[in-house]
Amino acid sequence: MGTPAPGRWQKAIVESTTQETRSAKTFRLALTKASPHLAGQHYVVRLTAPDGYTASRSYSIASAPQEPGHIEITVERLADGEVSSYLHDVVVPGDELELRGPIGGWFVWRGATPALLVAGGSGIVPLMAMLRLARRTGRSDLVRLVVSVRRPDELYYADELPGPEACVVYTRETPASSRRPAGHLREQDLRAGLMPNAGLMPNAGLMPNATAYVCGSSGFADHVTGLLERLGVPTGHIRVERFGPSG
Amino acid sequence: MSFTRGFKGRGLSERDPRLPPGQYDIGSDWPVLTAEPTPELSTSSWTFVVEGLVRHRVTWTWEEIHSLAPDAYEGAIHCVTTWSKFGVHFAGVSVDTLLAAAEPLDSARFVVAWSHTGYTTNLPLEDVTGAKAWVVWEHEGSPLAAAHGGPARLLVPHLYFWKSAKWVAGLRLLDHDEPGFWEVNGYHDRGDPWLEQRYQGD
Repeated sequence: MGTPAPGRWQKAIVESTTQETRSAKTFRLALTKASPHLAGQHYVVRLTAPDGYTASRSYSIASAPQEPGHIEITVERLADGEVSSYLHDVVVPGDELELRGPIGGWFVWRGATPALLVAGGSGIVPLMAMLRLARRTGRSDLVRLVVSVRRPDELYYADELPGPEACVVYTRETPASSRRPAGHLREQDLRAGLMPNAGLMPNAGLMPNATAYVCGSSGFADHVTGLLERLGVPTGHIRVERFGPSG
Repeated sequence: MSFTRGFKGRGLSERDPRLPPGQYDIGSDWPVLTAEPTPELSTSSWTFVVEGLVRHRVTWTWEEIHSLAPDAYEGAIHCVTTWSKFGVHFAGVSVDTLLAAAEPLDSARFVVAWSHTGYTTNLPLEDVTGAKAWVVWEHEGSPLAAAHGGPARLLVPHLYFWKSAKWVAGLRLLDHDEPGFWEVNGYHDRGDPWLEQRYQGD
């Protein structure tokens, strides 16, 4: 299904910034031209130097679509990232940024069909928009989220995760309360996270006709795609967003 | 033009004139950006087709396409996500060689490239003729990795890299433009990096 062109560049005012983890910040932005977004879409942020030099990068929208005129983006600070380091180190509330979007018509969830969400690290951002949409519309029954992070202090949106439809898997270090030892995401993690009733109904399948949304590094995406296929998700029902560097 | 408070950007001396506007040099990395799972394609059943508005619909097997005149590209590639990569070397066959065998009709103006995965992308015919486009299976002297489109991908390096369809299966020649996978999702029908044709309407 197609989506319209992303429109022209527009100004946005930074309303607030929140330190999400040591290396990630969430920016709440007020748009001058409200344009409704779909969960999973992104915006491009463009910085312009006094001599006309520009640098732009794409950032996924973390917020649900229900607040016209406002979006939140979460940005990981990359060591050599000329845009992410500017956003982290220089931007304060009240600043004006130039934005274009929303963009993307493939890695989107429209809120009405079953969805399996699997995130690696900062890949949670577009999937969080989907989870928040489901929660706000009372359709949490349609989504299951599994997010894999290395350590507890690297989990974004920690006050909203885990939850009844969302579980967190730790690969290197677990919180004290965790019963699962630290380790890479395995088939049984997805089985437990995506099929929470599997213990009661051993023959239960994943939600029929669900679309799987996988977001993370390329290695993570390939690993999860393999696990999902082994769990019986048809290849054609798996949508992948891999990050390249977007510093 | 308005400026971003406190943003200085790279000094003029750091700018590389080979970089199109809004792009940066990613160095030795080569990010993988694909919307689908990476397919495993066997070269024993691999085929490539040129069809549509041509005098002869031609299909090549893996061995047949390797028997055509070899050709290579060395230069830059530009991804719409703003990285560019220089000094990249690919080898395969020129699209000119493939089209010469199929003999395009005068009415052919556009091309849809499609992949074994179902991915599609559209291009003006003149962007894949005149030594500007290749089907490649070798990168830096080694077989092209599956994650980068192997066994073979389209290479149209003067346009943004989403036009260089991974796992390419064929070209269909048309008399009209038919937007492909990313193009119906808001991306530009041509995608010239020097004109920053990133999205529809640019």
